[in-house]
Amino acid sequence: MDNVLSIILQRLALGLLTLLIVSVVIFTAVNLLPGDFAESILGQGATPEAVKSIREDLGLDQGPVTRYLSWLSGMLTGDLGTSFAQLMFQTNMGGAGDVTVVDQIAPRLSNTLFLAGVTAMIAVPIAVTLGVLAALYRNTVFDRAANVMTLSSISSPEFFMAYILILVLAVLNPILPSLSNIYDGMSFSERLEKTLLPALTLTLVVTAHMMRMTRAAIINLLASPYIEMARLKGMSPMRVIVKHALPNALAPIINVIALNLAYLVTGVVVVEVVFVYPGIGQLFVDSVKIRDIPVVQACCLIFAAAYILLNLTADVLSILSNPRLRHPK
Amino acid sequence: MLVTIRDLWLEGRSDETWNPIINGVDLDLKKGEVLGLIGESGAGKSTLGLAAMGYCRDGVRISKGSVSFDGIDLLTASAAVKRGLLGKRIAYVAQSAAASFNPAHKIIEQHIEAPTQHGIMSRADSEQDGMALYQKLRLPDPDNIGFRYPHQVSGGQLQRAMTAMAMSCRPDLIIFDEPTTALDVTTQIEVLAAIREIVEEYNTAAIYITHDLAVVAQMADRIKVLLKGDEVETADTRTMLSAPTQEYTKSLWAVRSFERPLKAPVVAGAVPVVAVKGVDAAYGKVPVLHDVSFDIHEGRTVAVVGESGSGKSTTARCITGLLPPKAGEISFGGEVMPADYRKRTKDQLRQVQMIYQMADTALNPRVTVGNIISRPVQFYSGLTGGALRKRVDELMEQIELPAADYYNRLPSELSGGQKQRIGIARALAAEPKFIICDEVTSALDQLVAEGILRLLARLQDELSLSYMFITHDLATVRAIADEVVVMKDGRVVEQGPKHDMFTPPHHAYTDLLLSSVPEMDPDWLTNLLADRGVDNIGDAAVDKM
Amino acid sequence: MIFESFIGNLATLLIGIAVLGYVFRAVGQRVTQNAPFFRDMPYGVAFGYVLGLVILIWLVWGFMQSRSEDPMIANKFFFLGIAIQGFIGFAIAAWLFRLLGRAVGTAGSKKLFRSMPLTASFGILVIIIYIFLAVFAGAIAPYGQEEILQGVAANIAAGGDPALGGHPDFPLGTDQIGRDIMSRLIYGAQNTVGIAFVTTVLAFLLGGTFGFLAATLGGWLDQVLSRAVDVLMAIPSLIFALLLMTIASVWSATLGIPLTIFMIVIIAVIDSTRVYRLARAVGQNIVVMDYIEAAKLRGEGLGYLMFREILPNATAPLLAEFGLRFCFVFLTIASLSFLGVGIQPPLADWGTMVRDLAGFINYAGFAPTASITPLLAAGAIALLTVAVNFVVDWMLHKSSGLKE
Repeated sequence: MDNVLSIILQRLALGLLTLLIVSVVIFTAVNLLPGDFAESILGQGATPEAVKSIREDLGLDQGPVTRYLSWLSGMLTGDLGTSFAQLMFQTNMGGAGDVTVVDQIAPRLSNTLFLAGVTAMIAVPIAVTLGVLAALYRNTVFDRAANVMTLSSISSPEFFMAYILILVLAVLNPILPSLSNIYDGMSFSERLEKTLLPALTLTLVVTAHMMRMTRAAIINLLASPYIEMARLKGMSPMRVIVKHALPNALAPIINVIALNLAYLVTGVVVVEVVFVYPGIGQLFVDSVKIRDIPVVQACCLIFAAAYILLNLTADVLSILSNPRLRHPK
Repeated sequence: MLVTIRDLWLEGRSDETWNPIINGVDLDLKKGEVLGLIGESGAGKSTLGLAAMGYCRDGVRISKGSVSFDGIDLLTASAAVKRGLLGKRIAYVAQSAAASFNPAHKIIEQHIEAPTQHGIMSRADSEQDGMALYQKLRLPDPDNIGFRYPHQVSGGQLQRAMTAMAMSCRPDLIIFDEPTTALDVTTQIEVLAAIREIVEEYNTAAIYITHDLAVVAQMADRIKVLLKGDEVETADTRTMLSAPTQEYTKSLWAVRSFERPLKAPVVAGAVPVVAVKGVDAAYGKVPVLHDVSFDIHEGRTVAVVGESGSGKSTTARCITGLLPPKAGEISFGGEVMPADYRKRTKDQLRQVQMIYQMADTALNPRVTVGNIISRPVQFYSGLTGGALRKRVDELMEQIELPAADYYNRLPSELSGGQKQRIGIARALAAEPKFIICDEVTSALDQLVAEGILRLLARLQDELSLSYMFITHDLATVRAIADEVVVMKDGRVVEQGPKHDMFTPPHHAYTDLLLSSVPEMDPDWLTNLLADRGVDNIGDAAVDKM
Repeated sequence: MIFESFIGNLATLLIGIAVLGYVFRAVGQRVTQNAPFFRDMPYGVAFGYVLGLVILIWLVWGFMQSRSEDPMIANKFFFLGIAIQGFIGFAIAAWLFRLLGRAVGTAGSKKLFRSMPLTASFGILVIIIYIFLAVFAGAIAPYGQEEILQGVAANIAAGGDPALGGHPDFPLGTDQIGRDIMSRLIYGAQNTVGIAFVTTVLAFLLGGTFGFLAATLGGWLDQVLSRAVDVLMAIPSLIFALLLMTIASVWSATLGIPLTIFMIVIIAVIDSTRVYRLARAVGQNIVVMDYIEAAKLRGEGLGYLMFREILPNATAPLLAEFGLRFCFVFLTIASLSFLGVGIQPPLADWGTMVRDLAGFINYAGFAPTASITPLLAAGAIALLTVAVNFVVDWMLHKSSGLKE
């Protein structure tokens, strides 16, 4: 057990290190901006007050290392700085209220997590079941049809899927709303209904990936000599699957799920834009368009952290489910 | 009759077409009888063995014929009826026990599965029975070994545990599919002894599939020889060994008789072509070789023998310079060579050539035969155009593959033996004095292997080459070696001329190694066990050293 | 409430199919007197047969509905009708194309077509059509991609029916500033596909070179490159691309270099990390082969090893990967453009067109032809990636040696 623990601790440390380096990369990337970027970002029309305020906010008079450290410590303590857009707004309008990046991101992050959660609840059971079925009945009509459909679904851009769903489920058959205007104080069922269409879009894409990977993992497994051995011992097909295939399939399937949830991280961006879903993805895209650097940096770091965390989870879970590591010689 | 197979035809699918695997074979097996099924790779013996259980792998189908087991027609029986037989009355022992045990469950869990699921024994009884079987099969610590996971147990032990698992329902028939092929000789012998004993004790019928004649001679009452899906002949073991009737069977038997004449002893004081002196080597921090020394003289073959992990191939890597030794030196014609191959001159590199075990990975699959051979010629001698082509033709003549037919072929269009010949030509193209042959015949069928050995012997006589012949097969050593070096755990245990090595007294390990190699005599195993006792063979004996 | 009743109907339907499946198997066993086909049929398979049949019947019914006299019903099933027609049309075209491939060409190509599944021949056919469109866009398109047509109204609906706001000269209508949508769609093949292709090639040159170098040389170079790639791959690619595009947009304004160039470089670099991983893995598998050892021991140089020994054996997996990477790059660019930070106007581009025309979808209920343009642009993207994926799938299946 010590062996496993030390491997897991190693992975965790590696994950943290990666995240740290990623934060350096994100910070440096922004610092590659030419010249006095407060001015170049805000453009010609910027008021001197706004430029000055941004300079102070970014501490442009300090060296890059100091700036990075203060940014990082801010990130760790939950102070993500102040959005440029908000600064402009305040300086132009005479500054009502002090809206920080945290205030902007927090509610949207919870919305996005809700969307991802709903998607996962729908997608994971369907994908794993269909993937196992496709593997069991491989080369049948069902498997071939599933192959063609999943390939098509993977190949389609998310917005294509989104508009098809809008067309079918919102315009032609008005079953679900096509816009996800979510606000505070909504009832859960109302909120779920508004989230369903974007969640279904993501489900279509993620399910396809997950199902194909599950199928491949199971087929790979079913080719093992120990499965043949179980069959030659006269075990029923059900028992072969449940007792012999499943315990070994757990690691690859968990891996597939985690990887696809990580994929969701990117998937939400486009889908949120299509459905005007007030999540972090939409905020990110809006901030990119108006070059709102503090928000872009913060969102980017959050996305990367989620991504690294999910990959790390996959890693750790597959280590835990490996009998060779759990029961060393 | 327990098993009756009549006019069975099997087909395998590749590239959307069905190709024949077994062409109309008949097979009869009485209760308690052991039938040996032998043949070279591609003879269809495993497929036939599985078909006797009414089972076909994916991509294989039965196109014609009948298989019946104790009066039940297995080809028309429902899936449920077949499941009721498999595991309970017909059991299977696979080639690789490590892959055939489910890594997620303990050994005993897998052992009791068949008896409990088929409703023969309770869980507790079956566990007790398993331990008793482990005891019979002489597994160490039989009461606890079942509670380990498969990866925690060695290969030879797993193979015996799998035999115990096959026995768990006391079946009428067991199919053994090359159960000892992946094992070292000293391990193989204890598995063979265990299988034979238990099959005799319970009077179980068995089909024993193998490519090794000497092994089948120990195990089978009757032998059936297959060639490319056709039956060649069937006879009881003693008749088959003493008086085979078919040409093919005779040629199989004759392979074992190839042996080169003794050469005159090396002149005292002659400078060896290659001298390995006090070599220590390690992979990273793990030491692999300890003080390895031996000489190889001109026109002679030194066989380096030992089981897997003994350091034979590592020694070769040290000589070629791929793994610079930690201590000691390699000299060539009296001159010490740089340890790292990258520091050697072109001429030094040219002098040492290598022929590999797996001809498949030794030849670039995208390069034609002609280009494979002409590259080293061109690289070392600088020949071009017609002169180059002439030299390549000459080399191909030497390996008995005419350039007219083979020059433009790709390796995938050649048979295993032909590929190995191209590997030899590539080594010869450098005009070396010394060639390392790394298990060059172990991946080949016996007849093909013999052809390669004869070719190497002829080339040695014609070109006075020196060989370092790495092998684990003592029959090969007997056939081609002049001197023998025995290695164990990275050390040289014993070395000397072949004649001395094969005559007692030996070093204890050499003795064990030699005595573990099965011979064509059907009484060999019986005599050996009577001679040494069951506790002085295999890993048990190795552990005592 | 509509939603709840919808779910209710769906559940009833599934239960009905489940019952029918059971009946189907029982009747089959009775009628055929326990033929092995029905005797050994698991319940799930029986369920599958009935489900498949129900879907088939529904599709036929839906297709009939799309031909209905009642415009309300016909409109509702318009898209299903088109989808079915398209599916059948493409299937026939792919089948004919395969027949053609089996009849003409060299012995090698004929053999290739003989074992080709319909999906792959469909893929190849579509790819050929796209290449044709991309190369000859200027000759095929009736108008220029940036041409704002004088005297032509903006926002003409697709379909060519003046009663529904269409115009017979512009079968697919015009956009917000009066450019011909059909021409822009055709030019989109040139721009979107061309840019994605260039980006993928760049990514392969970068990733492939470094990957093979790392595999062949190993040591510190391999370590440094691999760790760097690990870090870059820890950031989701679309997010990283968006971050870098933000910065690039500032640089682009300062230096006067088009943003599209920046985009090509950024996506190529991000994508090259994936290529690097594959090239390194493929390279490492080849490097351990004995023929490489033989070449090294012969004293061959790095160039010979890489180009003569490794590369020829890596082409098959790399080619398949090229297809996959192309799809990925293509979709990334389309997504960026859709989000408004990708290919910049006035270049015609499918992603941007989807975003600009998306509003038309809401007309689908009463004027289905008018709402087809955004779907056409999005469908054009999907069709190509589907086609490439089908071909790659077939190639992988072939090279993996799966004799299934």
